[in-house]
Amino acid sequence: MGSEPFIAVRKLKKTFHTHEGALEVLKGIDLEIDRGDIYGIIGFSGAGKSTLLRCLNRLESPDSGTVTIGDVEITALDKTSLNGHRQKVGMIFQQFNLFDSRTVYRNVSFPLEVAGIPKARIRTRVEEILELVELTDKINCHPGQLSGGQKQRVGIARALANQPDVLLSDEATSALDPQTTFSILELLKDINRKLGLTIVLVTHELEVIKYACTKMAVIQDGVIIEKGDVRSVFLNPKSETSKQFIKINDEFLKDFVVEEGGGI
Amino acid sequence: MNMHTNSFAEVIQSAFSEPVWTIVGPSVGATVYMMAVTTVFTLLFGIVLGIVLVVTDRDGIRPLPIFNRVLGTVVNVLRSFPSMILIILLLPLSRIVIGKTYGANACILALVASCVPMLGRLVESSIHEIAKGKIEAAKSMGTPNLRIVTKVLLPEALPSLVRAFTIAVIAVIGTTALAGSFGAGGLGDVAVRYGYNRFKTDILIAAVIVLIALVQGIQMIGDAIAKGISRKRFLS
Ligand SMILES: Nc1ncnc2c1ncn2[C@@H]1O[C@H](COP(=O)(O)OP(=O)(O)OP(=O)(O)O)[C@@H](O)[C@H]1O
Ligand SMILES: [Mg+2]
Repeated sequence: MGSEPFIAVRKLKKTFHTHEGALEVLKGIDLEIDRGDIYGIIGFSGAGKSTLLRCLNRLESPDSGTVTIGDVEITALDKTSLNGHRQKVGMIFQQFNLFDSRTVYRNVSFPLEVAGIPKARIRTRVEEILELVELTDKINCHPGQLSGGQKQRVGIARALANQPDVLLSDEATSALDPQTTFSILELLKDINRKLGLTIVLVTHELEVIKYACTKMAVIQDGVIIEKGDVRSVFLNPKSETSKQFIKINDEFLKDFVVEEGGGI
Repeated sequence: MNMHTNSFAEVIQSAFSEPVWTIVGPSVGATVYMMAVTTVFTLLFGIVLGIVLVVTDRDGIRPLPIFNRVLGTVVNVLRSFPSMILIILLLPLSRIVIGKTYGANACILALVASCVPMLGRLVESSIHEIAKGKIEAAKSMGTPNLRIVTKVLLPEALPSLVRAFTIAVIAVIGTTALAGSFGAGGLGDVAVRYGYNRFKTDILIAAVIVLIALVQGIQMIGDAIAKGISRKRFLS
């Protein structure tokens, strides 16, 4: 594709100033994500994955560089336009971050209320989206009554309620058991297929990337050290970290190769 | 009647007698009135103060570090005064605002001023307990700050806020009784005038019993509401 990618991150830098001094967390990140990709960003703890992801909806403000989604330069938006833009970028979290004061219905309706959607349309939309995540029977429950997997489904429903173009996922499956992890990843893939939604997901588990992603990037110490198709990174890891990741996961690298029918 | 002239049992018995209650009874009304008005204003200003303290904090949703530091200092200064001193200092202010320095209404201003800073800090800490992630989630959905306050901060902190209100109302009762001796009237006034100055221990005991009942009642109601909310949210 010769045209600009859907999401373009250019020379992104971020330094945190802490009591112990300055900590440069993103050291000039370049990333391009096409519409409809499920893009995985993997790296060890502290590599800067969350910070990078949070720059995409400006929960974190980068010091320099740009983020462009569609034709909107996120890094140039004023506060009001930023809020408008955020309504079109959903986000899900490791700790789910549901509102305990609200039922499942009212958690999912939250972004619609914020966007000023009329009540009658909110109801149809919430019912529709809860059906998609298979939680119709929990509509009047409180988060306190749900399992981790169900909570994350509510989180996904809430993030998707206002029909965003992009879904950001920060370790959304890291608090879940393996079986639930797969069912959530399956749901994300399903949504990606049905709605053509672009998903950017951050994880430290190679398994998640292997199962769900089309493209991937490996981040280490604030630098993208490798990126491309999941298959090519898996089969030909160039950097030490990627090799390390893949060596740790040697076992399933084998099934990967077999499944994909590739050879080394 | 007191314990130099009568036995303990007689004093207690007298504390429940009709003549004692004709003195104590009317003062209950005055105390409840002052308490109610003070509570309303304290809740109003205390909640606003608490929200402003959290929101303008360095890590808040609208950081204003210098303003926050100044406001925090004012709150601390007000809180470091013993209530009695604050009441004495603020009575002249009542003359300016209300037009007189005696009576229930004059004292209410001083009462509110001495209770608001405490409730402000309690509200601040209640809201502070909300998991940061929930606020991030609201931000990620493009929620403007004012709506984060009304739709997330206050509802999420509600059980803890109710407990804070309970503590504040009980503090209001205590301070109201104290204000009694500065011309505000009410139970505190009766307790000091009869019980302390004229050694009428039976009247003192009667006044204290009413205060205990008020405190106990409010604590029970507050606990029940806070528990009820938590249970409804399946948090307990
Ligand atoms: N608000 C902040 N203030 C100061 N330092 C921060 C802040 N947020 C993150 N950091 C630091 O920046 C570095 C990168 O953090 P980040 O959360 O992006 O890592 P991560 O790759 O997501 O790690 P993990 O897998 O543990 O979530 C860490 O060293 C972290 O301590
Ligand atoms: Mg992280």
